[in-house]
Amino acid sequence: MTRFLIRRILTGIVVLWIVTTSAFFLFFTRNPNIVARSLAGRAATGAIIAEVKRNLGLSQPIMVQYWQFLDRTVHGNFGLSYYQGQIPVSSILARDVPRTLSVVVGGVVLWLIVGLAVGVLSATRARSIFDRISTVGVLAGISMPTFVLGELLLAYIYVPLNTHGITWVNTGYAGLSSGFAVWSGAMILPWITLATVQAAIYTRLSRGSLLDTLGEDYIRTARAKGLTERRIVYRHAFRAAMTPVVSQLGIDIGAFLGGVLVVETVFGIGGLGQDAVTAVSNGDLPTIIAFVLLASLFVVVANIIVDLMYAVLDPRVRIT
Amino acid sequence: MSLTELEFQAQGISQEAVPAGGIQGRSQLQLTWRRLRRDRMAVASMIVICVIAILALLAPVFASLLGHGQAQVFPNTGLSSTGGPMAPGTHGFIFGTDELGRDLLVRVLYGARVSLFVGLTTTAIATVAGVTVGLITGFFGGWVDAVLARFIDTVLAFPFLVLALSLAVVFGPSLTIVISVISFFSWAAIARIVRGQTLSIKEKEYIEAARSLGASPWRIMFVHILPNLMAPVLVLATLSIPAAIVFESTLSYLGLGIQPPTASWGNILAGAQSYYQIAWWYLVFPAAALLITTLAFNLLGDGVRDALDPRTERIFAAGRKRGRRFRVGRPAAQIDGLISSIQTDLPEEG
Amino acid sequence: MTSPITPETAPSAQSWPTDADLADDVLVRVDNLVKHFPIKGGGLAGRTVGHVRAVDGVSLTVRSGQTLGLVGETGCGKSTLARCIAGLIPVTSGTVTFEGNNITNLSRRRMQPFRRDIQMIFQDPYGSLNPRLRVGSIIGEPFAIHGTTTSKARKTAVQELMERVGLNPEHYNRFPAEFSGGQRQRIGVARALALRPKLIICDEPVSALDVSIQAQVLNLLADLQSDFGLAYIFIAHDLEVVRHVSNSVIVMYLGKIAEAGPKNPVYDSPRHPYTAALLSAAPAADPEAAANKQRIILTGDVPSPINPPSGCRFHPRCPKAQDMCATAVPPLEVKPGDPGTHVTACHFPVQAGEVLASASRGMQGYAR
Repeated sequence: MTRFLIRRILTGIVVLWIVTTSAFFLFFTRNPNIVARSLAGRAATGAIIAEVKRNLGLSQPIMVQYWQFLDRTVHGNFGLSYYQGQIPVSSILARDVPRTLSVVVGGVVLWLIVGLAVGVLSATRARSIFDRISTVGVLAGISMPTFVLGELLLAYIYVPLNTHGITWVNTGYAGLSSGFAVWSGAMILPWITLATVQAAIYTRLSRGSLLDTLGEDYIRTARAKGLTERRIVYRHAFRAAMTPVVSQLGIDIGAFLGGVLVVETVFGIGGLGQDAVTAVSNGDLPTIIAFVLLASLFVVVANIIVDLMYAVLDPRVRIT
Repeated sequence: MSLTELEFQAQGISQEAVPAGGIQGRSQLQLTWRRLRRDRMAVASMIVICVIAILALLAPVFASLLGHGQAQVFPNTGLSSTGGPMAPGTHGFIFGTDELGRDLLVRVLYGARVSLFVGLTTTAIATVAGVTVGLITGFFGGWVDAVLARFIDTVLAFPFLVLALSLAVVFGPSLTIVISVISFFSWAAIARIVRGQTLSIKEKEYIEAARSLGASPWRIMFVHILPNLMAPVLVLATLSIPAAIVFESTLSYLGLGIQPPTASWGNILAGAQSYYQIAWWYLVFPAAALLITTLAFNLLGDGVRDALDPRTERIFAAGRKRGRRFRVGRPAAQIDGLISSIQTDLPEEG
Repeated sequence: MTSPITPETAPSAQSWPTDADLADDVLVRVDNLVKHFPIKGGGLAGRTVGHVRAVDGVSLTVRSGQTLGLVGETGCGKSTLARCIAGLIPVTSGTVTFEGNNITNLSRRRMQPFRRDIQMIFQDPYGSLNPRLRVGSIIGEPFAIHGTTTSKARKTAVQELMERVGLNPEHYNRFPAEFSGGQRQRIGVARALALRPKLIICDEPVSALDVSIQAQVLNLLADLQSDFGLAYIFIAHDLEVVRHVSNSVIVMYLGKIAEAGPKNPVYDSPRHPYTAALLSAAPAADPEAAANKQRIILTGDVPSPINPPSGCRFHPRCPKAQDMCATAVPPLEVKPGDPGTHVTACHFPVQAGEVLASASRGMQGYAR
């Protein structure tokens, strides 16, 4: 198991290195003046550009620059965001990480709970009214782009509630320090938006997987032995059925990040995702680079966690 | 022993009387199409898609008929007295206008063009690329597979929006970027499935037989393995289209894709965000168009999947008595397989 | 019934037959073929931790127009041997010669001309035909690959083949799923026959078919052999089928030859205890003969080819085994009293009239 973990971590480090190198080659290997200009932001004056060029040593040979870039990145120094008034990018990140975390954690929890619960219930009550309704829901969910759902929720839940005096549901961001009620009120719509599309996919996936597992011979044996249906489902079938779900999780992490980005933009939460989007429209390159690297780190770590979960579920995997 | 064999044994012959003119066996494609035609949901979605496609193609016709161009602003007739968007039905604006006084109907129709174009193009590119790479890596194995399989997994796990962001920053947002990014991520999903299928098909005896005949690797891949892959590839391709449409509209919404004034459902909805409180049509019509399109393609994809593999359980089965279709389990599936192997017109769907 | 080896020669210890008897009509000669499959262990590098010794030193010849039967239990290596001869899997060591040409481990391009002469029929009628191709394409594939006919002439040629094997040529455009098992096997035969090969390797061609259909297919194979002068390597585990079709027989056990020779000497007076046991297990049609027959029961299961027993591989299950059998590998040689073409690999071969004690190691066998 330890070797499995080490292998995964090593692979992750290699991936991170590849991403960092690709980012470097994508952004830094043009004419130094152009690079300096793009790093300095659209509003930069000639003086600022020259300063950027000097600070980052852009006239140096590529390999030297590359080494310095790696060095800076490992130390968390992502340069200055000129657009936002020369603040270090890392401080922007530090400020906004809690916002993104709020969205992510709540969204993931909601997604997994609803997705798995509805999936399992649908499978155990196949063909019932519940199942049919959930199938319709699933179909609607997977056809719905996240931002559309967000806008619809805003227009038809937030606005009517607010105009009728229920102010709990809110847009924008309120930290936990403002109290749980305020925090969750601002987060509830983003969570629902984020979770719905993913939950739909996972409901369908877990339902199908559980149905397949329930059709296996060993389940039939368990029934013949007289185990209660509940025990069969939750002690035996569930674990086997979760394997395709977990492997899908690994793929979905990338998509999930996109969803976070969209949700932050729709609801004006001002987290990392929204920073990235505004950075694009402002041409704020240092922030973008930082975001790309952070996102890759998140994906790699999440993948390792997912692989661990997979190994817990399926002992055969630990041998690889 | 199959039922056909029983029949032959009963008759004591190993051949059967044949009508003059030869016999045409029905290929998998023909069978699938027949099953698809009987599926009401799938047919409905096909009709919807055709309608959308026709409307999209005719968008310029609508524009000239109405006298409103896609990007044409009508600050006088198109804006309300307060300077906001005009409600539907007034002054010849069937869907109303947006905040610049542009005809919403025309813009939505042009948006359909973009979505369908992006959806179909990216799927075509992704399918060709994905199948080719999947076949090659699955068939040849060895270090080629070791490298490519890892690459495919990395691409799949990659946060694509991040890449889109990076490219948009460096090169500026455009249609080309949108198509490139979406194709880049779609092909990996197809390649992964094709690779898995190739790995298992490769071990089958008829592949060994082909090798014993002296077939070249290319012949084995494209004449033998590829036709056996078509089922999952077809399903994936059909489902890639709505995924691509959603992806494109998301990118346009964030400002990374199609830029205004060119209409895309995504960027229309981006504008709608500031005005939906006073102009419900600005949000509802493009959202409805987007939802209907993706829903139709998703339903079609489901229908295709069921038509290709009639053993899958279906809830909205056309004209089927409840409970008559088997429950999940192996024995019934084998019967289904046998029935379809006899190639008669037995209505296996009741 | 001619035997593959001329009676004058006396084959020496391990190489049988010798060069002296290589007349013009020896088609295939296999010399000391060894095929080991490596087993990859764990670890990042995937070290090889052992080998499956599927074929461990087999030599044989096949003459044109003759049938060589290859029998043995599952796992004795006969299918692997066949695939080595057909060039489908690479050989670990040893040589395969076809009409004097060394065809061992040739590249695909160099092997191509030989593929016209060496064909194969497979065991599974449901798996050996591509379900997505029409029958006409399947049978016509050899023509397409080797480019011998135009596509117009191809259809005629294919339909002729179909008729020759007993299929209705009107079914040219059907899919394999529309045929019964026996018919599918005929399709396989037609496909193998297309380029008029000299040798067809039949890998358990009738094992998956019902008995009445088996007879039809076997008769078809016999007809084709006399019509086209084909040589067969016929692999099976059913002894009676092999006896019916073969001129000479090889009995394999765990990758090595236990006994070989023309069929009548081997069947009537088996020398190897394993052969004797196999023959005793075959049901006899005549109830009287069946009542009089002595059943020899072997204990234990076939050992794993990864770690075969030392010395004579059969010794753990052999009713006649003695200490020497566990240490010394018995050479494949002619035993006293046998014709020069009948060879056995046994230290204590079964003598004429000997009745083998059934499992004298009885309980020991089970305890292991």
